[in-house]
Amino acid sequence: MSSGAAEFEALLREALSPVDPPDDLARRLEHTLVSLTELAQDELESWELSAMRDPRNWVRPVAAVVVGATAGTALVLLRVRLRHREPEQQSRNLLERAERTLQDIAEEAKRVLPT
Amino acid sequence: MADERESKSKAELDARFSELYRTHLRDVYSYSYYRVGNHHDAEDLTEQTFLQAYRHFERALRESNGRPLRPWLIRIAHNLAANFYRDRSRRPESAIEDAGMVSAPHTTESLVEGREQLAAILAGVAQLPDDRREALIMRFALGMDNREIARALGRTDGATKVLLHRAIRQLEEIVADKPAGGGDKK
Repeated sequence: MSSGAAEFEALLREALSPVDPPDDLARRLEHTLVSLTELAQDELESWELSAMRDPRNWVRPVAAVVVGATAGTALVLLRVRLRHREPEQQSRNLLERAERTLQDIAEEAKRVLPT
Repeated sequence: MADERESKSKAELDARFSELYRTHLRDVYSYSYYRVGNHHDAEDLTEQTFLQAYRHFERALRESNGRPLRPWLIRIAHNLAANFYRDRSRRPESAIEDAGMVSAPHTTESLVEGREQLAAILAGVAQLPDDRREALIMRFALGMDNREIARALGRTDGATKVLLHRAIRQLEEIVADKPAGGGDKK
């Protein structure tokens, strides 16, 4: 390689230096995955079996099983989260947030996951 | 027992994914940033890449035969970026939004000259055809070797070597303000 070419490649390497991700990106992404898993577990643990007799209630445990059992649901969560796009402070209560998003999760799950 | 085995296996899988995530977050973010040209979209692209990767991680591990997973991860980002442009019907932004990312030399004169040169290179990179631009990003921003780039782009090692060579030559022409033909020079 000529010295000119080597010099140009060195400049190119400098121009395209690696870019550090913002601090909150990693936290947000990790939180997204973890909270969804926990949400699914909470849903299953707190669900009373008697409620299962009413088919109108099935969407909650079904969504929770789907979310907790498959990695594919990470995509579901992302889509739901992107749809809501609201500050964290507005969603302090995880269960309250779950109530608002469960319907979306179920709809997304039906769309992207194999039945 | 079966449940225990299943949850242990899931825990192991999650641990391996966490390791992949920690090791390559900066790679994916750097690729995304140079691909889309701004931090906001780069964050979205990075998030989607890792969530998509998590979804297919078990299969990728099975099929990788022990090979590094970085090319697979970057290929996901590459595909998502392509969809991103197709959906929004737009090209990458011509200038990188944060000029401060160009590292600053020491003296005032060389600072101005150096920054201009690096800015000209970045602007030139943005003018390259998609495949050439991506190859350069993978080589110089992520430090990937020919084989890794070949796997990420779904090309042969030989074709990748030629692609990189042509990309650098075309970029040199652009930066030198020569007509950028993009093909072989006679």
